[in-house]
Amino acid sequence: MSAAAMPDRRQLGTIISRNKLFEGLFALVGLLIVWIAVLILLALFINLAIDGAPRLSWAFLFSFPSRFPEEAGILSAWMGTVMVMVVTALVAVPLGIAAGLYLEEYAPKNWLTDIIEINVTNLAGVPSIIYGLLALGLFVYEFDMGQTVRVAGLVLALLILPVVIVSTREAIRSIPYGIREAAYALGADQWQVVSQHILPYSRSGILTGMIVGLSRAIGETAPVITIGALTFIAFLPPSPIQGEPPFINFDWLASPFTVLPIQIFNWVSRPQQEFHLNAAAAGLVLLTMTLLMNALAVWLRYRFRKQIRW
Amino acid sequence: MSDAFASHACVQPTKQFLRRRAVAGWVARGILFLAAFASVAITFAIVYLLVRESLTFFEHVSIVEFLTGTQWTPLFFDAQYGILPLVSGTLVIAGIALLVAVPGGTIVALYLSEFAPHRLREVIKPFLEILEGVPTVVYGYFALLFVTPVLQTFIPNLWGFNMLAPGLVVGIMILPYVASVSEDAMRAVPKDLREGAYAMGATRLQVAVRVILPAAFSGVAAAFILGMSRAVGETMVVAIAAGLQPNLTLNPLEPAATITAYIVQVSLGDLPHGSIGYQTIFAAGLTLFLITLIFNLVGFHLRRRLREVYE
Amino acid sequence: METPAMNRDACGDLADEAHNRRDSATVKVRIDASSRGRAKAAAKLNLKAEVKELSFYYGDYQALKGINLVVPEYKVTALIGASGCGKSTFLRCFNRMHDLYPNNRYKGEITLFPDAINIVGKKVEPLEIRMRIGMVFQKPNPFPKSIYENVAYGLRVRGVRRRSMIDDHVEHALQQAGLWDEVKDRLDKSGLDLSGGQQQRVCIARALATEPELLLLDEPTSALDPIATAKIEELISELKDTVTVLIVTHNMQQAARVSDYTAFMHLGKLIEYADTETLFTNPGEKQTEDYITGRYG
Repeated sequence: MSAAAMPDRRQLGTIISRNKLFEGLFALVGLLIVWIAVLILLALFINLAIDGAPRLSWAFLFSFPSRFPEEAGILSAWMGTVMVMVVTALVAVPLGIAAGLYLEEYAPKNWLTDIIEINVTNLAGVPSIIYGLLALGLFVYEFDMGQTVRVAGLVLALLILPVVIVSTREAIRSIPYGIREAAYALGADQWQVVSQHILPYSRSGILTGMIVGLSRAIGETAPVITIGALTFIAFLPPSPIQGEPPFINFDWLASPFTVLPIQIFNWVSRPQQEFHLNAAAAGLVLLTMTLLMNALAVWLRYRFRKQIRW
Repeated sequence: MSDAFASHACVQPTKQFLRRRAVAGWVARGILFLAAFASVAITFAIVYLLVRESLTFFEHVSIVEFLTGTQWTPLFFDAQYGILPLVSGTLVIAGIALLVAVPGGTIVALYLSEFAPHRLREVIKPFLEILEGVPTVVYGYFALLFVTPVLQTFIPNLWGFNMLAPGLVVGIMILPYVASVSEDAMRAVPKDLREGAYAMGATRLQVAVRVILPAAFSGVAAAFILGMSRAVGETMVVAIAAGLQPNLTLNPLEPAATITAYIVQVSLGDLPHGSIGYQTIFAAGLTLFLITLIFNLVGFHLRRRLREVYE
Repeated sequence: METPAMNRDACGDLADEAHNRRDSATVKVRIDASSRGRAKAAAKLNLKAEVKELSFYYGDYQALKGINLVVPEYKVTALIGASGCGKSTFLRCFNRMHDLYPNNRYKGEITLFPDAINIVGKKVEPLEIRMRIGMVFQKPNPFPKSIYENVAYGLRVRGVRRRSMIDDHVEHALQQAGLWDEVKDRLDKSGLDLSGGQQQRVCIARALATEPELLLLDEPTSALDPIATAKIEELISELKDTVTVLIVTHNMQQAARVSDYTAFMHLGKLIEYADTETLFTNPGEKQTEDYITGRYG
């Protein structure tokens, strides 16, 4: 480059200030978009609150759905949600942790492991409604399990399995290699290392992943609709606890059910405005539940990151 | 075990104990492997089921008709099985969503990775995560009963059910995802690359656009493609706010059904197991699965390539 | 140079004897007085281990090239050399740490006495080896458990349940590591809450609690400050009454201070092996001399 083409110091000043102007503008745009996202979430929440809050009451929480919007409530919906979540957690958490442990600690480097890895990543991207089709064809008809709590719990468990697996693996990966070596050097075998070190030290990360997964499952609608869950359920599944021995009753697993998101979908699909208000109120309950769970997960992650410093 | 241990002072386990440990180790390994393999079994089950039901479907309907027909009316007396209307609805809505999420997500990612002060980032990142956690049915409510009425004040000929509002809302919904995947990619760009550019007097914007973006390109592209896959597979927002009528149009102001919305519509009805109407949702599901599978594999490949370059 | 030069004055006899008499580990060693200017002293030394033509491969890369060496019992043997010379790799062969990662291969023998078991033999179970040989790492790596559980862990791995026995071993090991008085009132506190030097001594106690026959130290002071380093070095000198020590260090002064024998390694080969004083005052090889006089490395 010839010397004449080089900017002198005065020109350099102009270039710098021009560059800085662009930079400032971009920073502004970035901040603006972030704020728009915040505002949209606020709008969503406020909109829901304005529509739904007046309908919120004990009666609303503890009534069954009804043809009359002002008498309708979400008792069967949230009870169903709780029961389905219990099944989901009981299936997804052990399965996901075990799979994550295998992939991080045991899996040899071979084609089978590659297939499992690609497969887990791919499962995380399969649309939820496809899981619904799987449950419909396989669980409901092939295995004849009916349109029941256990099928819904199972399908949501499959859906969040990748979330649990991935967070388990991340938690395990954050354990420094020196810890494993220290244990091996003392003569521990692999299962001792995994069960006495890896698992306990990664439990906080796993817990966080579990909560995030469940908060996703709780709001998931499509797969539960696909299995053909009834939307008008004016009764509760049988209680899991009973007065006479053996005190525990598993009939609830085979009971028809509804869940909160389905109840919301049902109400929002109706033409009458009064039902829309019910949908908003139920949406408010659901949104609060998921936000609380997410916030808990974020807080836990933050706290544990502070607590363990390797 | 060799007899070596007997003669030593050091603390040694009994043979019995070691044998028990070895058995426990093998059992544990087996169980863990089965759990990991379960994910493969799930994929197999999905593919098997979709293909099996679709095959029966294609005994009644030719693949050509399925792929090129312009009418989708399987539930009518005069049933037509052309998937194009569902595909067009899906593409229009996903397209609108990407118009929101791609620029928005990229700018947010660039801002977070290169501009935002550390403390602001620590606040925004969890916030974006929470945004991802909002149930889709709530977003659906929002699209139908908030966004559409607001839009109607600007666009008077907007239908009550339309593709524009759900498209925008899906875009907002996947924006945090696109942003966080892109930001991960940008953060993977090594520090010395940044410092090299700064040392030559580049501003943060120049570094972001000319260095970071190209360096992280495959990761950012992966974010777009994975975002696209999510938009295509999104169900509830669309089912609630776009109407459930298949409509071969590219006009976002009109109502239309997507592949996912159609599956919901059928599930809400009471179709007998094994009827052709029942099989249509599996054919539609197979189409959807293949589209998202391609996106996911491409996105996965791009992300992996980025990781290989910088790790 | 396939066979490393042994310094004839010091270690040669020791090595030769061991080569000739594989059946017994007991060799008479003549510590040659000429290099020390002292009267000839005859000492009876036992061998703890003998390395014969040991090679090690990370996949296709050969990291160790035909190493021969003997480790005398109840002595401190130091491995020195520039970083990347393979001294840590060599050390980690002794407790089969390389078996934790795929594609690693051993060739040759490391015979552990008194039972003459080949440590790197294919049929030998690494777990057995690791139960007999303790190791302390570069970076202190206590488990995020209590101090007590850290030290007791080796016993738990071996299925020891009796509380009194564990208590005894923990106390004894902590005393050996010179840490008992500092931590006896807070054994239930996390091992991570200690200072770096204390953490490393917990790791030493942890390795000692199971009374290993051989203790491997992989640059145990490289992450510590000078005061903590001094304490650990003092500790090493005391330990050799009860345990054979093999220590890797990048610090020549440290090798000179703590060890009885020193091996100098370069690019995966053993260049020279002699008693420490000889190696530092009268090295037999040009490369050794260059290294200890600071001309490279």
